[in-house]
Amino acid sequence: MNKTVNQKAWFLVLPVLILVGFSAVIPLMTVVNYSVQDTFGNNVFFWAGLDWFRDMLESERMWNALGRQLVFSSIILAIEVPLGIFVALNMPKKGFWASFCLVLMSLPLLIPWNVVGTIWQIFGRVDIGLLGYVLAKLGVNYNYTQNVIDAWATVIIMDVWHWTSLVALLAYAGLQSIPDAYYQAAKIDQASRWKVFRFIELPKMAGVLMIAILLRFMDSFMIYTEPFVVTGGGPGNATTFLSIDLVKMALGQFDLGPAAAFSLMYFLVILLISWVFYTVMTNLDKRDGV
Amino acid sequence: MSDATTSAPGAASIPGDVSAAEPRARSRRRFRPNGSMIVMALYLLFLMLPIYWLLNMSLKTNAEILSGFSLWPRNLTLANYEKILTDPSWYMGYVNSIIYVTMNTVISISVALPAAYAFSRYSFMGDKHLFFWLLTNRMAPPAVFALPFFQLYSSVGLFDTHIAVALAHTLFNVPLAVWILEGFMRGVPREIDETAYIDGYSFPKFFVKIFMPLIASGIGVAAFFCFMFSWVELLLSRTLTSVDAKPIAATMTRTVSASGLDWGVLAAAGVLTILPGALVIWFVRNYIAKGFALGRV
Repeated sequence: MNKTVNQKAWFLVLPVLILVGFSAVIPLMTVVNYSVQDTFGNNVFFWAGLDWFRDMLESERMWNALGRQLVFSSIILAIEVPLGIFVALNMPKKGFWASFCLVLMSLPLLIPWNVVGTIWQIFGRVDIGLLGYVLAKLGVNYNYTQNVIDAWATVIIMDVWHWTSLVALLAYAGLQSIPDAYYQAAKIDQASRWKVFRFIELPKMAGVLMIAILLRFMDSFMIYTEPFVVTGGGPGNATTFLSIDLVKMALGQFDLGPAAAFSLMYFLVILLISWVFYTVMTNLDKRDGV
Repeated sequence: MSDATTSAPGAASIPGDVSAAEPRARSRRRFRPNGSMIVMALYLLFLMLPIYWLLNMSLKTNAEILSGFSLWPRNLTLANYEKILTDPSWYMGYVNSIIYVTMNTVISISVALPAAYAFSRYSFMGDKHLFFWLLTNRMAPPAVFALPFFQLYSSVGLFDTHIAVALAHTLFNVPLAVWILEGFMRGVPREIDETAYIDGYSFPKFFVKIFMPLIASGIGVAAFFCFMFSWVELLLSRTLTSVDAKPIAATMTRTVSASGLDWGVLAAAGVLTILPGALVIWFVRNYIAKGFALGRV
C-alpha cells in the first residue's frame, strides 16, 4: 500500500510517544544508570564502569538461569508447535462446533497468570489435586515441590495447557484462509493427506506459524508468574528462570548494579528477537497487502 | 470455472473427509465420532479438567477438601464465595483490579487511536523505527521494569495508587493497541478518507463520526485485549501496590503464603478472576487469534 508522505502525522503519534516514553525510556535509563554505578548505601553512588557487566558475564548464576531458560523455551516450543498444528487440523471448519471449540480453547489464554499457577498448584497436589492423586494411586512417586524432574514436568505441562491454544488458534486462522479450490485441485491430483499438508497447508500457514513461534518464544522467555506460583523457582534453583532470578536479585536482595547489568543484557536479547519478529511481520504484511 | 468450484457443496471440509461422503449421508453421520472429534474431545478435556477441578474445590468446604478425595462436591456450598463477596479485604481486590484495568484500557485506546491512524495512512520521518520501538516495549520483560517502576512511581508520589498501575501497564498495552488497531485500519479503503475530506469534513469530525464507527469491531477487540493483558498481569501490579490499590491477584498470593490452608476460598477467588474473560469470550471468539498476533492474521 502506498502511503502519502505527511510529516504532520507526527502530531498524531505524539501522545503515544510521550506516554510510552514516560513508562519505558525513563525506567530504562534508571537501569542503565544503576548498571554502571556502585553504592555503599545512603544513596551515595560512584562510577563502576563496565564492572557489573563483566561480573555478570562471569557469574555462573546467570549462565545457569539462561541455560534453564533456553532448555525450557525449546521444550515448550517443541511440544506446543506440533501439537497446536495438529489440533488446528482437527478443528471443525465452521458452524456451532467451530465456535464452541474456539471459545473453550481460548479460555486458558484469558485466565490471570497467577491463577494459572494456582490451578496447577492445586491440581498437582498429591492430597487434594486430581493429577497428583491419580498419579499417587498409580504408584508414581510424584511430588513437584521436592523432585526436580516432577517440578519441570509440572511447569512444562502447565505451559502446554496454557498456551498451546494460541498456536492452534493462529494455525487455524492460517488454515481458514486457504481457498477450497486448492483442496479440490489436490483431490483431482489424488494427493495423499500428507502431501496436502506438506504442499498446501504448511506453506499457507508458514507466515502465521512464524508469528506463533516467535510469540511463544518471547513470552516463554519472560515467563515469571506461573512457575513462581507453582514452584517458587525451586526445588533449589531448578525452575528459576531468567525473570525469576532477576526479580530475586533486584527486589529480593536489592543488588542493584548486577541486576541492572543483567536486565540490560536480557533486554538486548529481547531486542534481537523483536527485530526478527518485526522483519517477519513486515514481510508478511507486504505479501498480503499488495 | 473457479467460481463454480468454490461454491461446490461439502467443499469446506478437509480433503480426507470429502472423499466418499455425499452431503446427505454426511449430515446423518454427523454424530458418529471420527478421528478429528476424538482428538478435539481429548484436547478440550485436557484443557477443561484443571478448570473443573478449581470449580469443584471452590464449591466444597475446607473440611471436605482436606478430609477425602471426591470428583464432585458432596455437600455443595457457596460459603467460599460468600466469604469473598462480604469481606472487604477480598472484594476490594476485585474493585481495585477493575479500576486500574479500566483506566488503563481507556488511556491505551485513546492515545493509540490517532497513532494507529497515522501509521496506517501516512509515511513520515522515522515511522518504521517508531513502529518497531513500540513492538520492543510489548516484548519487554516486566521483570526488567519492576524495580525502576517502583522507584519512579515512589519518587513522584504515585506508589500504591490505581493510576500508577494503569500507567505502568501502558508499557505493553499501548503498543498492543496501536498494532491491533493499525491492523484493522489498513482494511478500511483510503477512498473513504478522501471522499470525506472532499465533502468538507474536518479531521476530528471525520475521525469520530465516520472512521471510528467503521472500525468499531477493531476498537472492541483492542479494548478487550488491553483489558485482558492488564487483568492477567501480576508482577508489576503487585510491585506497585501495597494496600490501597492492591489487586486481587496479589491478595491471592498473600493468602497462599500466610495460611496455606484455605483452599476453598482460594479456589473461589480464582474462579471469580476467570469470569470476566469467560463472559465476553463469545463475542470476540473470531478475533482472538488476530488480537494475540497483534492484528496480523
